[in-house]
Amino acid sequence: MAQILWFENYQPADVPVLGGKNTSLGSLMAAGMPVPPGFAVSADCYRKALADGGIGGQLDALIAAVDPHEPASVAAAGARARALIGSLDMPAGLADATRAAYAELCSRCGEADLPVAVRSSATCEDQPDASFAGEHDTYLWVRGGDSVTDSVLRCWASLFTDRGIAYRLERGYGHAAVAMSVGVQQMVRPRAAGVAFTLNPLNGDRSQIAIDASWGFGEAVVSGEVTPDNFLVDKVMGAITKRTISAKTLEYRLTDADAVVAVPVPGDRQSVPCLTDEEILAVTRLARRAEKHYRCPQDVEWALCGSEVLLLQSRPETVWSRRPRTAAACTADPITSMVQTLLHPSR
Amino acid sequence: MADRFPSPFEMPTPPGAEGWQDLYAYSSVFSEDRREYEESAFWFMDGVHTPEVIPPWDATILEYAIIALSQYNTRHYVIPPALGVDIRFLNGYMYLSPVGVADPAEIEARIPEFAERAGYYFANWDRLYAAWIPKVRALIDELESISFSPLPEREDMAVITEGRGTGSALGLLTTYHRLVDLTLKLWQHHFEFLNLGYAAYLDFFGCCKQLFPSIPDQAIAKMVAGIQVDLFQPDEEVKKLARLAVELGLASRFAGPAPAAEVLDGLRGDPQGDKWLAAWEEAKQPWFNFSAGTTFYHTDKVWLEYPDIPLGFLRAYIAKVQRGETLERPVEAVIAERDRIVSEYTEFLDSDEDRATFAAKLGLARTVFPYVENHNFYVEHWAHSVVWRKMRDLGRVLVAAEFFENADDVFLLSRHEVPEVLFDLYHGWAVGAPSRGPKYWPREMARRNGIMDALRKWSPPPALGVPPEVITEPFTVMLWGITSDSVKQWLGGPSDAGGLSGFAASPGVAEGPARVVLTADGIGELREGEVLVAPLTAPSWAPVFGKIAATVTDVGGIMSHAAIVCREYGLPAVTGTAFGTRTIKTGQRVRVDGNAGTVTVID
Repeated sequence: MAQILWFENYQPADVPVLGGKNTSLGSLMAAGMPVPPGFAVSADCYRKALADGGIGGQLDALIAAVDPHEPASVAAAGARARALIGSLDMPAGLADATRAAYAELCSRCGEADLPVAVRSSATCEDQPDASFAGEHDTYLWVRGGDSVTDSVLRCWASLFTDRGIAYRLERGYGHAAVAMSVGVQQMVRPRAAGVAFTLNPLNGDRSQIAIDASWGFGEAVVSGEVTPDNFLVDKVMGAITKRTISAKTLEYRLTDADAVVAVPVPGDRQSVPCLTDEEILAVTRLARRAEKHYRCPQDVEWALCGSEVLLLQSRPETVWSRRPRTAAACTADPITSMVQTLLHPSR
Repeated sequence: MADRFPSPFEMPTPPGAEGWQDLYAYSSVFSEDRREYEESAFWFMDGVHTPEVIPPWDATILEYAIIALSQYNTRHYVIPPALGVDIRFLNGYMYLSPVGVADPAEIEARIPEFAERAGYYFANWDRLYAAWIPKVRALIDELESISFSPLPEREDMAVITEGRGTGSALGLLTTYHRLVDLTLKLWQHHFEFLNLGYAAYLDFFGCCKQLFPSIPDQAIAKMVAGIQVDLFQPDEEVKKLARLAVELGLASRFAGPAPAAEVLDGLRGDPQGDKWLAAWEEAKQPWFNFSAGTTFYHTDKVWLEYPDIPLGFLRAYIAKVQRGETLERPVEAVIAERDRIVSEYTEFLDSDEDRATFAAKLGLARTVFPYVENHNFYVEHWAHSVVWRKMRDLGRVLVAAEFFENADDVFLLSRHEVPEVLFDLYHGWAVGAPSRGPKYWPREMARRNGIMDALRKWSPPPALGVPPEVITEPFTVMLWGITSDSVKQWLGGPSDAGGLSGFAASPGVAEGPARVVLTADGIGELREGEVLVAPLTAPSWAPVFGKIAATVTDVGGIMSHAAIVCREYGLPAVTGTAFGTRTIKTGQRVRVDGNAGTVTVID
C-alpha cells in the first residue's frame, strides 16, 4: 500500500485513495501546471488506522443513532467521533513516512520548517451533485514534522465535523463508504490573488475569461470583503477587452506569527491595478490551460507569487455550464439578419 | 454642450476667398434655394478621403464617387433604411450628409426588394465578381488609350482623302467628354459590389457580437481578412526588387541619397544592372500606379511619376535583406493564425445550429471580402492615376496654346468649364483669330490660386447642422467611422484629460514619441519607433509602417483602408479619435492601446 503519493506522480488509478482535492491538484500538476508542490497521504492510511484502532463499529453505531434534523444530536455524535479518531495512534510507519516526505518538501523548496497547508481531501468530494465544499477542515501555516502528522490526524477527525455528518446524511452518503486523504502542500505568500472564470459570468460568453483580483491573499476576493479589480480577457486573441479598477480597501497579509490577518490598504495603493497586463495574460493562460485540461469551463483560484502565477484550485464552473442555451443567438438567413443589422447597426 | 453644429449658412467666407462657390458645380454648394433642407440636415466633413482643400476639377471624382454610392443604395439594391449620401462643397472642403428612409412603412416596403436584388448578387457573387476585374481592366485600358494633343496647323491629308468630314477640335472636345464619362463609369463599377460587401461583412460582424458579446473587432477582421491582397502588391513588388538587387550584387549602387533618375541611369548598360532594370520595368505596370496620398487629389504623388518614393522604400528593404531579415510576410503563419482563431471561437459555440450559422456567415463574408480589399488598387490607385495623367496632358495642350503657364492649372477649372475653355481654343483655331483664353486665363488663374490659398487657411469644423439622435446610417458608421459617440465628442470639443478614444482598429499596445504628420509629404520625417499621428493614413503609407510604433488618426472606422493595412502590418492603431492631430504635439510620449481604442499622452 502506497502511503505517500507526490502530486507530480499523479495517475488516474490513484483517484480512489486521493480524494477530490488531491486528485485535482495532482492531475493539474501532472499536466505541467504551476501548482505549489506537495504530497497526499493516501485515504487507505485512514482506513488502516481505523481498522488497526478497532473503532469502525463504534463510529457506525454513533452515526446510526443521529437524528439529522436535531443539531444537538449531530453535535454530540460528532464530538464523540472526532474524539475517537483523535485518540488513535498514527501507525508508526506512516508517521515516519509523513515526516520524511515533509522533510523532502522542505528541502525541495529550500526552506527549513517550510510552512504548509494540511488539507482534507475526502473521497466523496467534488461529485457532480455534491461539492462537499468547506465541510472538512484545513490547517494553514503548519510548520515542522510533528505538527504536520498532528494535523493529518485532525483532518481525519474532521470527516466527522457536525456539518460534514449532516451534509452526508442529507445527501445520502454512507459515512463508512467515505475515507479521508490528506494533502500537504507548500504555503504561498501572494502579492496579489483572486479567482478566474473561464467564461464571462455575466452572459455565459465562453470566449472570455473573467478575472477578479486583489492585493494579498485570495481570501479577500473569495470572501467578498473587497471589491476586486475585474478584467475581461478574450481567450482567442489574448486581448484585455475590459478593465474595472476598484478601490481595494483591505488585504490579507501574513504576520510574523504566521497569522493571516486583514489590514487596511494605504490610500495610494487602493486604486492601483493589482496586476500588470502581462500578469493578467499569465492568469488567463493558466485558467485556459486548466479549462483545456478538464475540457469544461472552470472556476480557478490563483495567486501571484514573485513573477509567477500559481494555480491553487480549479473546479468546474456550475452556473452557466448547467444552463441550456435556448435558441440560436443569430438569425441564420443572411438577408433577414442583414436587414436587421442595417436597421440597427451595433455601433 | 451644444446640441447642434453651426449652420452651413453661418460659415463665413475666408478673407480673399470671395467667389469660391463659382469654382464648384452649382448643384453641390449650399444655397438659399435648398436652405430649409440643408439647415435641418447633418453634414460631416469627409476627412477620410479629403482632409485638404479640394481643387475645382478634383471635385469631379468626389461627386462621381458619392453619387455612385448613393445610386446603388437608393436605386439598385434598395437598401431598406438608407438612401444616398448628399454632398456639398463649403470653402473648398467636402461635407457629406447621409439620407435615411424616415418612414417605417417605406423601410418595410423596401425589404423584399432588397432581398431580391442583393440576394441575387450574393447567390451569384463568384460569377459576377469574376466579370468585374476584366470589366475594370478594360475601362482602364480605354482611359489609357485616351490622348490629347495640340490642334494641328492644318488637318491631315487623310481627313480629306477619307472624307471624314470632322476636325481635330471636335475630337478634343469629344475625348474630354469620354474621359469624364469613363470616370463616372469607373465609379459606377466601384460601387457595384462594395456596399453589398460591407453589408455581408457587417452581418458576420453582428453575428459575432451576438454570439460573443465582448469579441474584439480585430478578431472578426482577422477571421475574414484575405491572404493575397492586390492592394499590398506594390509593396510586395518593391520587396522582390530589393531581394533581386542584393542577389545581383547591386546593393551598393542604391546606397546614398542620389535621386532615382541618377540611380536608374547608373544601372543601365551593365548586364546585372539591365537585368534588374527589366524587373523594375515589369513591376511598374500596373503596380506603380500607386498613390502616396488618398488618390483623390491630382497632387497625390504616384510612384510611376515619382520613382523616388518606391526607391526610398527599396533602400530600406535592401538594408533589411543585408541585415538578414526576411521581408516575406509569413503567409503560412498568417493562414494558421486565421484558422486557429476561427476554430477556437467555433469551439465555444454550443449548438450545431450556432456553428452552422457562424460558418455560413463567415463563408459569405470571406466570399465578398476580396472585393472590399482589392477594388481600392484598381479604382483609386490605378484608374485615378490614369485620369490625373490624362488631365495633365490636356493641361499641356492648353499650356501650348498659351492659355496658362502650368499644366496643373487645368485642375483649377471645374468639370463644366473645361468644355468652354476647349471651345474658346476651338474658336480661335477655327477662325484663325485670337482666342480669349491667353489674356483671360493667366489673370483668372492668379485669382483662383489666391482663392485656394485663402481657403487653405480656413479650418473646417468637423460637422455642420443638426445631428440625428443616433447615427444609424450603416455606411456612415462603417466607412467614415462616424458614430453617435463621435458626434457627442465633437459637440463637447476636445477633452483636456490627456486621453483620446476612437476605434480599436488594429490590436496591440505601443508607446513612443508622437510625430504629427498633416500631409502625405510629411511622412519622410518619421523616425524609428515614433507614433504616427495623422488626420488619416492612406494604404500607400504602409512602407513606413515598418519603422513606426503605432498609428493614431483623426478620422476613419475599423474598415477604413488605414485600418485594414494596419492590421495587415501588425501595427497597433486607433482610428477616428477626432482630435488626435490637434491634441497631441510632436515629441510628446503617447501610449496607443489598439485593443481598447484609447490614446494616452504620458507626458
